[in-house]
Amino acid sequence: MNDDLELEQERYELFAGPTYNFNFNRRQFLKAFSGGIALIVPVTNLIAQQEQGESGRRGNERVPDDIGAWIHIDEKGTVSVFTGKVEIGQNIRTSLTQAVAEELHVPLDTIHIVMADTDLTPFDLGTFGSLTTPRMAPQLRKAAAAARETLITLAAEQWKVEPASVRIVNARFVNHDASKSLTLAEVAKGQKLVKTIPADVAITAAKDWTVAGTSVPKVDGRDFVTGKHQYTTDLRREGMLYGRIVRPSALEAKLMSSDTKAAEAIPGVVVVRDGDFIGVVAPNRETAIRAEKAIAVHWQAPGQPGNDELFAYLKKNAEAGRARPVGSVADGMAAADKKLSQTYNIAYIAHAPLEPRAAVAEWNDGKLTVWTGTQRPFGVRGELAEAFHIPQEKIRVIVPDTGSGYGGKHTGECAVEAARLARASGKPVKLVWTREEEFNWAYFRPAGVIEVNSGVKNDGTVTAWEYHNYNSGGSGIQVKYDFPNQDIQFHNSKSPLRQGSYRGLAATANHFAREVHMDELAQLVNIDPVQFRLKNIKDARLKAVLEAAADKFGWSRKKTEGRGRGIACGFEKGSYIAAAAEVSVDAKTGRVKIERVVESFECGAIVNQLHLHNQVEGAVVQAIGGAMFESIQFKNGQILNGKFSQYRLPRFSDMPAIEIVLLDRKDLPSAGAGETPIVGLAPAVANSIFDLTGKRIRSMPLTG
Amino acid sequence: MSATAHRTERGSAGSTVQTRPILNFDPALPRSVLCAGRAKLSDTMPNVTTLNVNGKKLRVDVDSQTPLLYVLRDYLNLTGTKYGCGEARCGACTVLVEGQSMRSCVTPVGRVSDKQITTIEGLEQDGKLHPLQEAFLKADALQCGYCTSGMIMAAAALLKKNAKPSRDEIVKHMDANVCRCGTYPRIVKAIEIASGTAKEVAE
Repeated sequence: MNDDLELEQERYELFAGPTYNFNFNRRQFLKAFSGGIALIVPVTNLIAQQEQGESGRRGNERVPDDIGAWIHIDEKGTVSVFTGKVEIGQNIRTSLTQAVAEELHVPLDTIHIVMADTDLTPFDLGTFGSLTTPRMAPQLRKAAAAARETLITLAAEQWKVEPASVRIVNARFVNHDASKSLTLAEVAKGQKLVKTIPADVAITAAKDWTVAGTSVPKVDGRDFVTGKHQYTTDLRREGMLYGRIVRPSALEAKLMSSDTKAAEAIPGVVVVRDGDFIGVVAPNRETAIRAEKAIAVHWQAPGQPGNDELFAYLKKNAEAGRARPVGSVADGMAAADKKLSQTYNIAYIAHAPLEPRAAVAEWNDGKLTVWTGTQRPFGVRGELAEAFHIPQEKIRVIVPDTGSGYGGKHTGECAVEAARLARASGKPVKLVWTREEEFNWAYFRPAGVIEVNSGVKNDGTVTAWEYHNYNSGGSGIQVKYDFPNQDIQFHNSKSPLRQGSYRGLAATANHFAREVHMDELAQLVNIDPVQFRLKNIKDARLKAVLEAAADKFGWSRKKTEGRGRGIACGFEKGSYIAAAAEVSVDAKTGRVKIERVVESFECGAIVNQLHLHNQVEGAVVQAIGGAMFESIQFKNGQILNGKFSQYRLPRFSDMPAIEIVLLDRKDLPSAGAGETPIVGLAPAVANSIFDLTGKRIRSMPLTG
Repeated sequence: MSATAHRTERGSAGSTVQTRPILNFDPALPRSVLCAGRAKLSDTMPNVTTLNVNGKKLRVDVDSQTPLLYVLRDYLNLTGTKYGCGEARCGACTVLVEGQSMRSCVTPVGRVSDKQITTIEGLEQDGKLHPLQEAFLKADALQCGYCTSGMIMAAAALLKKNAKPSRDEIVKHMDANVCRCGTYPRIVKAIEIASGTAKEVAE
């Protein structure tokens, strides 16, 4: 609705660190640029999607101070793309390669994407918010298109012909009758040309895509199926030691006393103490574990709220929200035939990325290099600079393609710890968090309480919508329904646990509350849930996904005996989603089984059908956890179910039949797809459980 | 899940109370699968000096109680086998021991020192991928890829004892392996492709 609300919505993504930090500047660029041809994407293009580049003048231009990404064709003809984005399983290494290949007219395997290395790649705020596809990809396309035009001009100059007569065929430049040809290397040789992408560069329209828009498999898939890919946890440096941290007994605990003598007596062990930080390093992992266990510590922790009082606590500590009413809720309530007030609770859940946080840290002559799996390499560099009181220029953070994150790897705790141990021991140190550390010392998706007061006419028109979200966040809080009278507020609260980003942010919680409430209203006025929603939708894209899901599901057909069905729809981060679910309940055990899910999704023009399908499918599967069983149990600053033997994750046997309908809108820009597909499942399942059993569940997970 | 008594909320207040099952969302966690005893580190155990991994005799010098996972990763630099939970609940560390899938994170190396151990690195033969590796690529059965080694090894053990598993048999066998990115349907498809039971080729 207005700008400050936009900022508030992203609260949990602005978790830490500076918003702007454009220090991949001209000096660094020129140091990195050896020769050949470079096309630069200014940061401003990525932030505002503006086209501010200078016009396509021939010759070298002033290198901008704020480089956002760049493409380099070196004198050997190698195409390198430099971006600060990270690959965490969302397959942007592949989709960005496709985008560049398309414009440059070269095969995929000639392109090398250099990602997330703070010494080599330009500053990037982080890989989150489904922004790579809508912002980075189109700009890299422009850079690639401009590089192609520049190369064509250079080839034409060599042959003294018109640029229009030169084409690129299979990565070779050919003249009008194909009697002459040049490779990329031959054209780039001897050049030292730097350009900012011009404003007027034309890129291929989605409807004409031949490389993008197709289902290209993961570009380096072979390294993953053979175990060759080196994650942070797999790295090894000469003389490397293994680290372990002595963890406090609870959150907020203070160190009262410690005895490290027994650990120090173990050959090869170094104990590092710095305030409340206690860590050990040893030549191998077993010895490090032994040393850690040999340290006697006494912690004291204050009493803290547990999950049994969580929702009351969040309400009690809530701040006033900011009212920005649309119409008048009071008038809307007065016009309503029926009214409904309900409360929805959302538990904390863990990201549980299968690769835990890990870092390898190494100091050389006062310069620190850290390899670590994070979604915010430059943010982690900032954290390191702050922790060690050294300038950022002395720090290099490199992110190997990482074992997922889901919003859970925005911070650099593990990097800081590894660097502290490495500095004390004078050797490179590898620190891999255990699964228990990952549960206890990272952060969670925020818990929340959502209250909805609404009014509806008997014909299904929703007349009033008052909505208060306490703590879980503002993403997806706005409605795409055509409600004339709204008062929607987000309330900050005090979180007993450390909380931060999670795939989809609060859009999951907000869709859950809204879409269950919509189902309750439909029931109240006795209208079919699909018809009820359609009655309140004007937005054509939302209508399209809802109808697509209902059609594919067979909503108009007779219900299957013994099955319940439910539906939900929504919008977030530029994309639209609807989900329909069918459940059964085992008469003896009461076990709820999601039998079938149909999810329709529309995010503009589709870049890679296969990977989009997989992202949507993966999001549905991950959503099953938050819907059905994931919930952090805690008391007095201790996590009570912080292990895989205690925290239930979705597994093979939980899989429903999943059908995905992708609506390809080639006329619309591509939005990101990593997050929004996660939001529809929980309300669809809750609604189908009601349909089958009459039991209305208003909490996530749906444990009543 | 608390055994909340059901109360009907549908229909008018005067409708009869219907008997409905108590809902259960939290079925028992899968049991940990095969492992050759629990690993415990101690000062006094004898050391293991050789291991038979991927058809090669390799020299190591480690306490026999050291988990096989650490030995593979830290001593033999076979890092394709992953750590995920350390309690045999996620399957990222799955290797084959005498053809059976085993959780290397809880397997003391001393228990397998005379056995044939196969890791993900041992599946490829003369530059040719194992049919399961080919199938995982074909079905695009990975996103971040961290669980992939364990998934492929668990599937390899399945196909060794059951060349044409049904879909239910696949799900049952693979149920103790976790993919947090949610590629389960694709993994099932990959195993069907590798075993020749796929009804359709990957989309």
